[in-house]
Amino acid sequence: MAFDKSEVEKVAQLARLHMSESDVDEVAARITDILALIDQMQSVDTESVEPLAHPLDMTQRLRPDVATEPNRRDELQQLAPETEDGLFLVPKVIE
Amino acid sequence: MIEKTVAELYSALNSGEISSVELTQAYLDRINRYNETLNAFITVSDESALSKAKQADALRAKGDSSPLLGIPLAHKDIFCTEGVKTTCGSKILHNFISPYDATVVTRFNDAGAVMLGKTNMDEFAMGSSNETSYFGPVRNPWDTERVPGGSSGGSAAAVAADLCAMATGTDTGGSIRQPAAFCGVTGFKPSYGRISRWGMIAFASSLDQAGPICKSAEDAALMLNAMAGLDTKDSTSADVDVEDYTAGLDNSLEGLRIGLPRQHFAEGLSADVEQAVRDALRVYEKLGAELVDIDLPNNHLSVSAYYVVAPAEASANLSRFDGVRYGYRCEDPVDLEDMYKRTRSEGFGEEVKRRIMVGTYALSAGFYDAYYRKAQKIRRLIKNDFDAAFKDVDIIIGPTSPHTAFKLGAKTDPVAMYLEDIYTIAVNLAGLPGMSVPVGLADGLPVGMHMVASDFAEAKLLNVAHQFQKNTDWHRQRATAFTEGQ
Repeated sequence: MAFDKSEVEKVAQLARLHMSESDVDEVAARITDILALIDQMQSVDTESVEPLAHPLDMTQRLRPDVATEPNRRDELQQLAPETEDGLFLVPKVIE
Repeated sequence: MIEKTVAELYSALNSGEISSVELTQAYLDRINRYNETLNAFITVSDESALSKAKQADALRAKGDSSPLLGIPLAHKDIFCTEGVKTTCGSKILHNFISPYDATVVTRFNDAGAVMLGKTNMDEFAMGSSNETSYFGPVRNPWDTERVPGGSSGGSAAAVAADLCAMATGTDTGGSIRQPAAFCGVTGFKPSYGRISRWGMIAFASSLDQAGPICKSAEDAALMLNAMAGLDTKDSTSADVDVEDYTAGLDNSLEGLRIGLPRQHFAEGLSADVEQAVRDALRVYEKLGAELVDIDLPNNHLSVSAYYVVAPAEASANLSRFDGVRYGYRCEDPVDLEDMYKRTRSEGFGEEVKRRIMVGTYALSAGFYDAYYRKAQKIRRLIKNDFDAAFKDVDIIIGPTSPHTAFKLGAKTDPVAMYLEDIYTIAVNLAGLPGMSVPVGLADGLPVGMHMVASDFAEAKLLNVAHQFQKNTDWHRQRATAFTEGQ
């Protein structure tokens, strides 16, 4: 299946990636090749096969609902590009 | 001294032949001398290494003789290291100083090992040649015009050139085993869940597994002893008893049944690689093993299924890189959407973006059944193939890679690069333990032999590899350009 220009733009939007006009054709061509590789799967009938999501057959472990991690907000916020009064700053969202 | 295995260094440290400070300094000198050529390290932590070595010597003087005490190691730059830059080979984390240690890092610290620094890697572990790193490619010590393999190429090159005694790696589709093969070292990928993934930057969470890259199977056992075990911080960490992985290394291989997948000795395999692996198999026959041809009939679909599962999981995992809490943020964003998009587009490299696109597409409305669900069904078939094979054989052996290390820049087509992992990927999909050991040279380049065991049969795998290394010296071979000063 060919992955066309409009498809590239739609998926880039979903993935929050900026796609420059000059890159779109190249990206579309590469992804078309990758999808051709992936589509080899379609040659096998898997109608009655149970999907395997994960190598381990396990259930979620539970623990008592008590805090185990210390609050390291000040330290962790030093890693952020912009903070103020303990908050992470981003460009204005609401006008 | 620097070429010795961990097991040998342990004796030298205990006998007082060398101190950890001297040993650490010797590796730091080599890094200083050769890293400009090899680009194996992104970060070197000389000061903390020497201070940790000093502590190790003090502990040893007080009678502590832990197996890894004072042994210098390198961590792949995918493991979070507190207070030390942790980049994952990406621009988006080029300034990230981790506020905590990964469990793997904590365990080596507790064992008294000395961290020399952080090794280069394909960006977010996505690559088979180390050429996708934001910090430039690593070069193969055996021929610096060639790639070291990937994604743990920095770790494999560092071990091969004796820039460290041992290193950590991670393997999502072959990222420990293929670089180990290309660089002529021993690489071990344990069963999924054997080692905690906590603090290991996630690529594909149902496939990623940490493991040792080192100079012998015995060293891999010593490292695994420190790394393996349940960690409640990783909900997929397996609650399976940890053995002493060195205990069974000397078990006899008499009567061992080795399965040779017809699909791994077929078209596409270069003749010299096949020859080296067949020669190694003769060693096993002499040790009393029996060779049996087997089939893994769905192996050819493993790369296809992987390139749905891995990008799908990656697209979800990498959504956390948004320029808000840590890492790179673009200049002067006009609004939130612009900030997300430009931060990610400027921060991620081409291959990472390609995989995010493929994964996002595979998970998008209307395509889930055709891609992700279909890939999970293929994954089941692949696991069933292994389950069937292990009813008849104890171990599966084949080549790690279809050929030896290729030249930098030789593979520009992503699909051609993906097919590099044709023999290793199925093992990750099934969650099995696998390893690569050096079995020969072809035109002066190392050849790796790939060995796979059933779920949590790490000890068996290490036993089989160790017996080969006891009877051969391929794991002792070194690239002559980097043997000076030994």
